[in-house]
Amino acid sequence: MKRLLVLLFSFLTLTSAFAEEAAEGGKFEPGPMILHHIADDYLWEFAHGVELYLPVILWDNGELVTFSSSNFYNEDHERVPYKGYAMLHGHIFKVGADGEVLEDYPGLYNLSITKNIASMFISVALLLVIFFVIAARYKKNPGKAPSGIQSFFEPIIIFIRDDIAKANIGPKYERYMPFLLTVFFFIWFNNLLGLMPGGANLTGNISVTAVLAVIVLVVTVFSGNKTYWGHIFATPGVPRWLAPIMIPVELLGIITKPFALMVRLFANITAGHIIILSLFSLIFIFESLAVAPLSVAFAIFMNFLELFVALLQAYIFTLLSAMYFGGAVEEHDHAEGHH
Amino acid sequence: MDLVTPSIGLIFWQAVTFLIVLFLLAKFAWKPIMKALNDREASIENALSAAEKAKLEMQALKADNEKLLAEARLERDRILKEATEAGNNIVETARQKAEEEGSRMITNAREVIENEKRAAITEVKNMAAVLSLDIAERILKRELSDPKTQEALAQDYVREVTLS
Repeated sequence: MKRLLVLLFSFLTLTSAFAEEAAEGGKFEPGPMILHHIADDYLWEFAHGVELYLPVILWDNGELVTFSSSNFYNEDHERVPYKGYAMLHGHIFKVGADGEVLEDYPGLYNLSITKNIASMFISVALLLVIFFVIAARYKKNPGKAPSGIQSFFEPIIIFIRDDIAKANIGPKYERYMPFLLTVFFFIWFNNLLGLMPGGANLTGNISVTAVLAVIVLVVTVFSGNKTYWGHIFATPGVPRWLAPIMIPVELLGIITKPFALMVRLFANITAGHIIILSLFSLIFIFESLAVAPLSVAFAIFMNFLELFVALLQAYIFTLLSAMYFGGAVEEHDHAEGHH
Repeated sequence: MDLVTPSIGLIFWQAVTFLIVLFLLAKFAWKPIMKALNDREASIENALSAAEKAKLEMQALKADNEKLLAEARLERDRILKEATEAGNNIVETARQKAEEEGSRMITNAREVIENEKRAAITEVKNMAAVLSLDIAERILKRELSDPKTQEALAQDYVREVTLS
């Protein structure tokens, strides 16, 4: 019930935001609006007019520059350059002496705390608080039945341990448990936070999924045992002369697996956001309130679907990671039945 | 294309944050949680196997008890049988003894009676001899003078010698 209210609230805020945007900008353009909403930003807009300006951190050739992103806006909410930097299309560029934006300025790294990063910090704080509390409970009553929040998360932790880690990795599963648990809850929490009103689209951001995928890649490569590398450099059952073709293919396979992880999570979450936003945009495209009930009905349906997808994608990411780790540490001599 | 262009800031912060969170959670959350879960499962496992063991022990005890009971029953039957046999033997022996004693006593009595009889007969014989001699003497004393008298006398004597 509570969640439902939250969802309804989110629709209300979103709709009101669009309404005003449409009124201000004149013609309503769904494409840029949607892209703007799923993209990262330097200010966090909870609802129209309620926004938080996040800090800008720049690493300019060894020099650290920090200031609030509110400096990029003047009183009329127009973009202005500040301290020789300008914000353009969600990026920050160095502005030359003549006021010209330097697109190819070398050595400028943008480490700003953007909306996504701020959202990630919140999710991480939540993760730490929740699981520290749970860990404390386990320490406090050892051997007792779980209670409260502990009993909510315990079946999930046991599921990840038994049905994901043990089933796919085998006897060496314990080494990978911390990563699998962390990545599962990190993705799930952020997926859910992304569905909150005004939430950031963190797990629908390619940079985030890329980092997770690279960690999976690195862990897989460093866990690879003799059998794993043997399969890559001398695939059993394949004639020797095919090696020049097989080795590059297998090496490419190492990369494509985490690459698929990265794209899958990013695309699923982003697509969900785009669909919900598109459904609302229909109201403004048709410029009719009559479409609203239909849009809202579909959007509610999509939101429930997204709640499920949030869990499903976290599960799939964890499951596939476990399978890749399992493939890397698997010990067996028989070549048959394995591809 | 902005959507699929990774941004350096996000990658940096995501990598740093995720690794820190991974470290913190692994050390302070997952380790104690996994340990607690494993410990609890181990204790449940132990409790179950202990219960199973206790059950088996109970069954063994019960079987032992039944065996003991059966043995005791057999023992009791054996003792009863032996006692009955012993009793019968005693009675039999006693009866035989009594019979023997009885027959022995009867034999003795017979012998005594025989002896008495023999003695009595001897006495009778002796007495008859003595009487005969006596009579003969008296007859001889009267000198056989009168055959009538002799006969009367003989008659007299014979009357006298009614075997009392």
